[in-house]
Amino acid sequence: MRTAVTARRLRAIRLFIFVISIIFILAGWYRGEIRTVLIKATLICLECIGIG
Amino acid sequence: MARRKIIQWLAALGCNAYVPGFSRGGIYKGGLKAICVPGLNCYSCPGAVASCPLGALQAVIGASRYSFSYYAAGLLLAFGLIFGRVICGFLCPFGLLQELLRKIPFFRPGNGALAPSRRFAGFAKFARLFKYLKYILLVVFVLALPFLTKGDTGVGQPAFCKYICPAGTLEAGVPLLAANAPMRETLGWLFTLKASIALFTVIGCVITYRFFCKFLCPLGAFYGLFNRIALYQIHLDKDRCVRCGRCAQICQMAVDPSLDPNCAECVRCGDCVKTCPTSALSAGFRGKDAGCAKNAISQL
Repeated sequence: MRTAVTARRLRAIRLFIFVISIIFILAGWYRGEIRTVLIKATLICLECIGIG
Repeated sequence: MARRKIIQWLAALGCNAYVPGFSRGGIYKGGLKAICVPGLNCYSCPGAVASCPLGALQAVIGASRYSFSYYAAGLLLAFGLIFGRVICGFLCPFGLLQELLRKIPFFRPGNGALAPSRRFAGFAKFARLFKYLKYILLVVFVLALPFLTKGDTGVGQPAFCKYICPAGTLEAGVPLLAANAPMRETLGWLFTLKASIALFTVIGCVITYRFFCKFLCPLGAFYGLFNRIALYQIHLDKDRCVRCGRCAQICQMAVDPSLDPNCAECVRCGDCVKTCPTSALSAGFRGKDAGCAKNAISQL
């Protein structure tokens, strides 16, 4: 009985995080964040290599 | 070659499959760069075909239009939920690089046979204290500073990438600077700082197993928070465990799996599972396994 309860609780936590992650990804897509990532990643990142 | 090593190499080569970048001294500019890989892999590495999740997170937080990156945060939550720190042990190219550095012959406490932290009390204290440094780096350098450094232009600095990240220095800086003479002429104090941190990290990795993962990696810190609830779990069957201590002895991340198999420091290398003489430890994606769930919940 207790195992079933704990398993249910773990599943609920996982489902909550899964739903949040999907909502976040869609929200990021809707706000145009993917384009910002793409622009940043397709130019040489001077900060990353230690220039500026 | 062990299964984990094969996966590590495939992941590292897959993340850095743009071979012409290395010969031309440039980077891949295709649409795949909109996607983040789960591991730490600088998007300015000449071979990188996708983005670094930490870099993406900072780039969006630091952009004038935004103050938080829902996209990168959502991807990190999804990766963490599925894998936890399996990403560190199997999929992170910088993790593989650290393990290769560890193969360099060098004096190590305990001849390198065991984790130094297990054999030397002083190092154990150091490790216990400084393992929290990665969480500070995550909060301060990855999340806060890109937002707080926004000036009149509204553009913030990717502080972790700019001031600390040795992956950027080694994976992107070294090959790009080697191939571009004009770029080398612009080097200044910032590169000196980053090169010093990279050198410190390399020496640390030669002496200690996964030095960067243990003390400095904000991505590992984040994924570590998911180890207890991720779909991938290590399960301890307490009825089978004979408390022999072999799992704790072989663990190079200084974890005791017989006490806490889903500890945030565990990178899921699986050495403890292999060494267990009674098969009390098992690992895998077994979300529906009642014993596994009970084990995970009892540690929450």
